[in-house]
Amino acid sequence: MFESLFYIIVFPGMIFLIAFALIAEFIDRKIYARLQNRVGPPWFQPLADFIKLAGKEDIVPADSNARMFKVAPIFALASAITAFLYIPLWKTEALFSFRGDIIVVLYLLTVPTLAFFIGGWYSTSLYSRIGSVRSLTQLFAYEVPLFMGILSSALLADTWSLKELSEFYMAHPWFWMFNLPGFGVALVSLLGKLEKVPFDIPEAETEIVAGGFTEYGGRLLGFLRMTLDVEMVAASALLALVFFPFGLNINPVLGFGIFIIKILFIVSLIALLRTVVARLRIDQMINFCWKFLVPVALLQLLLNLILKGLLLK
Amino acid sequence: MHNAPEFKIPIGPQHPALKEPEGFSVALKGEKILGVDIRLGYNHRGIEKAAEERTYIQDIYLLERVCGICSHSHSTCFIQAVEEIAGLAVPSRAQYIRTIIGELERIHSHLLWLGVAGHEIGFDTLLMYSWRDREVVMDILASITGNRVNYGMNTIGGVRRDISPEEKQEILKGLEILEERTKYYIEIATEETTIIKRLSGVGVLSREDVLKLDAVGPTARASGVKRDVRADDPYAAYRELSFDVITDSACDVYGRTVVRVKELMESYKIIRQALKDLPDGPIAVKAPRKIPIGEAISRYEAPRGEDVHYVRSNGTEKPDRVKVRAPTLANVQAVKHMLRDRFLADMPIVIAAIDPCFSCTDRMVHLKEQDCGTARVINWPSLHTYSIEWHKQRGIDFTRLNKKLQEKFTR
Amino acid sequence: MRPGKMLREVLGSVFKKPATNLYPAQKMDMPEGFRGKIKFDSGKCIGCKMCMRDCPTNAITINKAGEGKFEAVFDLSRCIYCAQCVDTCPKKALSSTKEVELAQLDKKKLIVAFPYKEDPAKPKE
Repeated sequence: MFESLFYIIVFPGMIFLIAFALIAEFIDRKIYARLQNRVGPPWFQPLADFIKLAGKEDIVPADSNARMFKVAPIFALASAITAFLYIPLWKTEALFSFRGDIIVVLYLLTVPTLAFFIGGWYSTSLYSRIGSVRSLTQLFAYEVPLFMGILSSALLADTWSLKELSEFYMAHPWFWMFNLPGFGVALVSLLGKLEKVPFDIPEAETEIVAGGFTEYGGRLLGFLRMTLDVEMVAASALLALVFFPFGLNINPVLGFGIFIIKILFIVSLIALLRTVVARLRIDQMINFCWKFLVPVALLQLLLNLILKGLLLK
Repeated sequence: MHNAPEFKIPIGPQHPALKEPEGFSVALKGEKILGVDIRLGYNHRGIEKAAEERTYIQDIYLLERVCGICSHSHSTCFIQAVEEIAGLAVPSRAQYIRTIIGELERIHSHLLWLGVAGHEIGFDTLLMYSWRDREVVMDILASITGNRVNYGMNTIGGVRRDISPEEKQEILKGLEILEERTKYYIEIATEETTIIKRLSGVGVLSREDVLKLDAVGPTARASGVKRDVRADDPYAAYRELSFDVITDSACDVYGRTVVRVKELMESYKIIRQALKDLPDGPIAVKAPRKIPIGEAISRYEAPRGEDVHYVRSNGTEKPDRVKVRAPTLANVQAVKHMLRDRFLADMPIVIAAIDPCFSCTDRMVHLKEQDCGTARVINWPSLHTYSIEWHKQRGIDFTRLNKKLQEKFTR
Repeated sequence: MRPGKMLREVLGSVFKKPATNLYPAQKMDMPEGFRGKIKFDSGKCIGCKMCMRDCPTNAITINKAGEGKFEAVFDLSRCIYCAQCVDTCPKKALSSTKEVELAQLDKKKLIVAFPYKEDPAKPKE
């Protein structure tokens, strides 16, 4: 009992995760800046931003539904943190594990998007409403390729559990190479989930101010931004486990190091991707997802089905 | 989208897409724009009236500040009109220096625009790179004129500073870097998929519409209208320099981008020629303090389009009337036309594509009472009491705060 | 059409020095002939007050400090650094400096006075 509380709250749960998320945000921003030939922020900038926001007054718009407006950010943060607890990090075993946890993790990572929608919708500002409708529209476009990309890897391992999935890939090293197209699809779709360029349509600054976040300020905005950071780490951890399942179950220190490197690699890929493209329009984004990402993901599924028949009897 | 509700959202006067306050009220159906209402007047500074209160020398600096980016354009345009009234023969070296500064200004304005356009479509990397390269031309301007913006290079009858041979070398060196970078930006603008996706087919303004709405500058040239004061009615040293007027047939935002980046190449060409042919001689002639009675109109091709100044003098040290028509005023009506039936996401880039400079454009708004349509003149104290009453009716009482402020100021 | 056209340039930047100037730590060097804060040489001033007449923002005041002695007061909160006064002055008593760090929290500090100073080069009568 006491032990699992420690796991949930301190390590690798909330406190570690939040600290790591802030570092990941720093790395993301620093790489983004260096790619643009700028100096970038100092290492404590994300923490300083959070402290500054936490110290500010919470302003709730008079017309909004105050309860929904306040609950949505906390709900989003909680679900993003929970998702992390189910992902095996440097062992094949996670803190909690059961059959079908891969689906649960994927849905827990979808909850923040829904919470952003609810928060934006109930703040009743026009910019927020447009932004939240956009985030929901976008959800239907990127969620399908993301799920297909990740689940194709699970399909090859023939399991719905992350524990069994990692055990399968440990038993069959180099099989993860087959999933690389799926990794590409999942990574690009992830940009939509994290609302980053080219898919930062729901919070497009020059169009709708900050989209669903427009009316938020102070602590609540701090939570929302923290949610995006935690989501980035949790989703990167999921991608790292599903697509790069190696270096697990070895010396804990070395394993932990490999895990950190894998996550930071994915974070830097995200930073690179958002540096080299412009923001798409919502119609172009949906077209892109359904016309390019989904077919590639389907091909990946097909490939894995064939491989399953050929290699694993 | 069929049953999407119709609503109006305000873009401005305070909005991240706009760098200056201006009101756009956008009627939307879902993501689709039904109509746009433009309201000018948030940044009116009364410069034309202020110009009548100052001497011609002081007016140069006042009119230079009509626009931060095309400051040389406005001051040259004004000075050309004054010189015409006074009948001054400006030395040809001064004409060449004016041309060089004018073209350097165009380079810095177009590079600035490229970055802003990148930012409006969410491509911040382009913004960072083009603004970094813009520093090259800003440094050149700082070292030859003594300031990065508002160069203060013009004076009635010539220019204030000469270009030395060392500065000439510095300009040529800077141009080489810029030319290489501009070639790269032309490549980026014409090849990067996401940029083309966001720009082509957006904000279409046909040739007929340009002629009907009287658009000027790159906005007109991107629709195939060959309209450039430098070629049509040459001023300064443009008569002696050869250059092409860049046009494009794309008629959309993409075409405007291409026109601007290609114009950069023309500017390098013009500066190189002007530096090579720079004649010797004085840089200014002595101008009288009192300008004789007369009136003149002067045209200048600013980076954003045709700039027009009208000056009327009355024989004293101060002008009788100064009238400024900045290029954005000619283009702003086209925005309304370009946005019809487009998406909300296109709004920032379509507005940015005319390279708007709203504070140059702003006109005074004459408020009429809605019900009877008559104008009412109201003095400051009664406006003050009126606003306190207006807020009181809506539940906000400013009386105490007002008293406090009054005490503070009377002390 | 090619997505990610800037990729090469962007990756190359990682190995380049950032273009950012770390301003307060690393001072900017202004070019020669920069129009910064105006300097007044009271020894040269003849009190014609042409600078006062030409200043677009009325930032200069020339006061008489004694017989043939003049002092200047500049209001830097009004000055637009056009250096017209430098061009106008017939005796070159005014000149531009490269000083640019002129921001002040207290507006009163922006009013700079140049009291009359005995010019050692000028022979006393």
